[in-house]
Amino acid sequence: MFETIIGLEIHVELKTKSKIFCGCSTGFGAPPNENTCPICTGLPGTLPVLNEEVVNLAMRAGSALNCQINHVNKFDRKNYFYPDLPKAYQISQFDLPICEKGFVDIKLDDREKRVGITRIHLEEDAGKLIHLEDAPVTLIDYNRTGIPLIEIVTEPDMRSAEEAVTFLKELRAMLEYVEVSDCKMEQGSMRCDANISIRPLGQQALNTKVEIKNMNSFKEILKAIQKEEKRQRELYTFGEAYKIKQETRKWDSAKGKTVPMRSKEDAHDYRYFPEPDLLPVFIQEEDIVKVKESLPELPTQKKTRFAETYGLSEKEIDILTGRKMLADYFEAVIAEGVPPKEASNWILVEILRLLKDEEGDEIPIKAVHLGDLIKMIEAGKISRTAGKEVFEALAITHKSPTEIVEEKGLAQISGTDELESAVKEILDYNQQAIDDFKNGKSQAVGFLMGQIMKATKGKANPKTAKEILEKMLVNLYVKSNM
Amino acid sequence: MKIEELTIEEIQKAYQEKRFTVTEIVQGYLDRINKLDPQIGAFITLCKESALKEAEAIDKKLANGEDIGMLGGIPVAIKDNICTRGIKTTCASKILEDFIPPYDATVVQRLKDAGAIIIGKTNMDEFAMGSSTENSAFQKTKNPWHLDKVPGGSSGGSAAAVAAGFAPLTIGSDTGGSIRQPAAFCGAVGLKPTYGLVSRYGLVAFASSLDQVGPFTRTVKDCAISLQTIQGHDPLDTTSIQREPEKDYISDLHKGVKGLRIGIPKECFKEGLDPEIRSAIEKAVRQLEEDGAVVEEFSLPIMDSGLSAYYIISSAEASANLARYDGVRYGYRAENFTGIEELMENTRTEGFGKEVKRRIMLGTYVLSSGYYDAYYKKAMMLRQKIQKVMKQAFEAYDIILTPTSPVLPFSIGEKTADPMEMYLADIYTVNINIAGVPAISIPCGFSKEKLPIGLQLIGDHYTEKKLLQAAYSLEQGLGVYHETAFLKEAE
Repeated sequence: MFETIIGLEIHVELKTKSKIFCGCSTGFGAPPNENTCPICTGLPGTLPVLNEEVVNLAMRAGSALNCQINHVNKFDRKNYFYPDLPKAYQISQFDLPICEKGFVDIKLDDREKRVGITRIHLEEDAGKLIHLEDAPVTLIDYNRTGIPLIEIVTEPDMRSAEEAVTFLKELRAMLEYVEVSDCKMEQGSMRCDANISIRPLGQQALNTKVEIKNMNSFKEILKAIQKEEKRQRELYTFGEAYKIKQETRKWDSAKGKTVPMRSKEDAHDYRYFPEPDLLPVFIQEEDIVKVKESLPELPTQKKTRFAETYGLSEKEIDILTGRKMLADYFEAVIAEGVPPKEASNWILVEILRLLKDEEGDEIPIKAVHLGDLIKMIEAGKISRTAGKEVFEALAITHKSPTEIVEEKGLAQISGTDELESAVKEILDYNQQAIDDFKNGKSQAVGFLMGQIMKATKGKANPKTAKEILEKMLVNLYVKSNM
Repeated sequence: MKIEELTIEEIQKAYQEKRFTVTEIVQGYLDRINKLDPQIGAFITLCKESALKEAEAIDKKLANGEDIGMLGGIPVAIKDNICTRGIKTTCASKILEDFIPPYDATVVQRLKDAGAIIIGKTNMDEFAMGSSTENSAFQKTKNPWHLDKVPGGSSGGSAAAVAAGFAPLTIGSDTGGSIRQPAAFCGAVGLKPTYGLVSRYGLVAFASSLDQVGPFTRTVKDCAISLQTIQGHDPLDTTSIQREPEKDYISDLHKGVKGLRIGIPKECFKEGLDPEIRSAIEKAVRQLEEDGAVVEEFSLPIMDSGLSAYYIISSAEASANLARYDGVRYGYRAENFTGIEELMENTRTEGFGKEVKRRIMLGTYVLSSGYYDAYYKKAMMLRQKIQKVMKQAFEAYDIILTPTSPVLPFSIGEKTADPMEMYLADIYTVNINIAGVPAISIPCGFSKEKLPIGLQLIGDHYTEKKLLQAAYSLEQGLGVYHETAFLKEAE
């Protein structure tokens, strides 16, 4: 019997307005090399100046992840040549990171587990290479160069791909909650590498580990770890364990497997040494306390509160609180006066459908609009079916539900007078059905209802219309028997 | 009046008294450079047009009675490793041969703000690595006092420019002696300020923890005026001074050395010191004593060991600082290559000179895993020790006095074959950079062959005021500064 040992290294972009060592914008999606200056492109003679907000955010992250925050930490140069790294060294933190020794508690299949955080350190991001398909040319976009990152390194505490993904989801939720990062995986603001090894159950020592890179979503992470786990287990089982080398493998999502990238022999010697252009960072105890006190509600606290306040199922709460965006949205919809259960149903079914799944990043419908929509349905102003139609329209326009209902003429006729005349008209033309009713054929009511809905183009409030119809039929019956 | 003998002070006075226009002065220097620099080779780039244009603008201000600034109308030449917006900044290297920075170094900005006029960029050892300016990729600079001799280095072009009377003020950089040693060789005043007193922003980095920008002038008073202009905190340089620096270096210059405690390290007077330098220093010491200073010999054992720490630390930092010149974004790019790795390799192989490559390899080696502890880490420990020993010395003395260089200006080509011998030229200067303290080199005499001899005064952190005061007193007492190298136009 084997067990799988997984440790993760997660790079997270910090949500600052400007870069870590210069004033350039960190905005995503700008034209190539727009957000650059002599400092972040490493022109000769330029010097880095630390953006203090970066320290603040890293402290928040560390505090949320139960880390010790180092009063003295410093920057180092990590040296390697690559065209996306304009100084040919990355300013990072080597032996004195800003945070150390934390943990995150996760829950998987009712089992609770603590994953240790080894360290969190600050560093600058590199640029992006764009290899042209039809020309032997590589272009470089330095917009990302100098975007502040934290690298979170975990202890090798996870034992399955599922645990790793559960941990990552919890981590993302925490970082989103404390507003340290957007954690958008598809934009690369959260990236994860995994170290995987396996060993016979009961063995203490760790076996050779393999590093997996290039996984761009939770689904890929799950698949990649499972594949690598399977590869290693097979090698062990069939007596070829020696083939497991310390190496970096790349996840190839198209092929659905990991492929070798570089072995230990061609691993870099980064020649770290203290960054002479920056002073060490000194953090006062009172600032650490301040950061701790300023932390907002964290996912676990939110879960408890949701359970106590809204009476939702655990599964619903898990999904809603798994993303800060969803939890905030849920509470904003409720604030419009909508029953929590209704709001939760709409979000978990319809909103998640719009987002593809809970990995989406932008909810296209304003909470106040969804709230209004649900209220209109609850009040019988529109039918549930019409509600779905309004919902789809909300997703693609900026109009309010009221405007859409009006435009599309989806309002239900609930007014008694209006409905009475409509029913009366139908009865006038359907003597046969009235006779059938009198003769005890109850299907006649269904037939007449159908006629009413048809005449009102489906807008009659069915409940009210049926009440009126039944009342009128009974009256006719009584009259004819007098 | 001979333009080559003018000081900043005298030029300023002449402007106020309207004896010269700024245009006349600038044109005068430019003419002299045109005539004589072909035999000196101090300049890599001349900024003739822009200099005359600026001169005209300041003349207008003068005519209108406006304030022209602390260095209004003073021509200044800048070492070619300090970035000048729109003006080529080559570091005397093929790899940056055509590099035009899109920004000014803070020191250049401050000079401009004070009204100084940039007349050109001066030659140097490639990336400031060297002690003779022979490592320039473009030209060798000659010592104006003796054209067969080197001007020292790495700021040899800036030192020679002042000595040749090409400018009353030039700016250099000093990582291990690169201002003081050429100042000594050329008979100029050269100051390496306290680490952090002058911003490094825009100084192309050699060894970031040691580099410092400073002025070359003809007199100590000019040095004080210049320092006042370029010093101070810079938000673009985190390692620059955080507090307000001394505002006035000039008013108390004449206050003398009475009661000043001056220590002389025995270690500097052992074998290896040129006897002519020794006697010039001894004469200067007598002068100081006559003026009331308390001079005392003491032991500063680190004087010898600093050199190895210096070459390890500076090369380690240089190996990272110079890694960015890879031919990808700017500067020289090799013509022939297949793939990115070869592009970088060929660019660096072709673009860097021998000495630069030597230091990059040395620096890479001492940082490599397996060697880091034996070299870099040990050097850093030695650095701490040197800082401690210097601190202790400054508890006993206000100023430490040494020769600037153990040797007189040597002949061109004399030491290029043996880098170790060249490195020894920095033996008295490197510890000052390691400790981060200020030091000034002033002329204190001449050899029989009429080669300048320099004397170094070292102070504790941020004691430039005291240092300049002592230097001024000695300068006035010795009177050496009155002499100017005699140059005549080549036939």
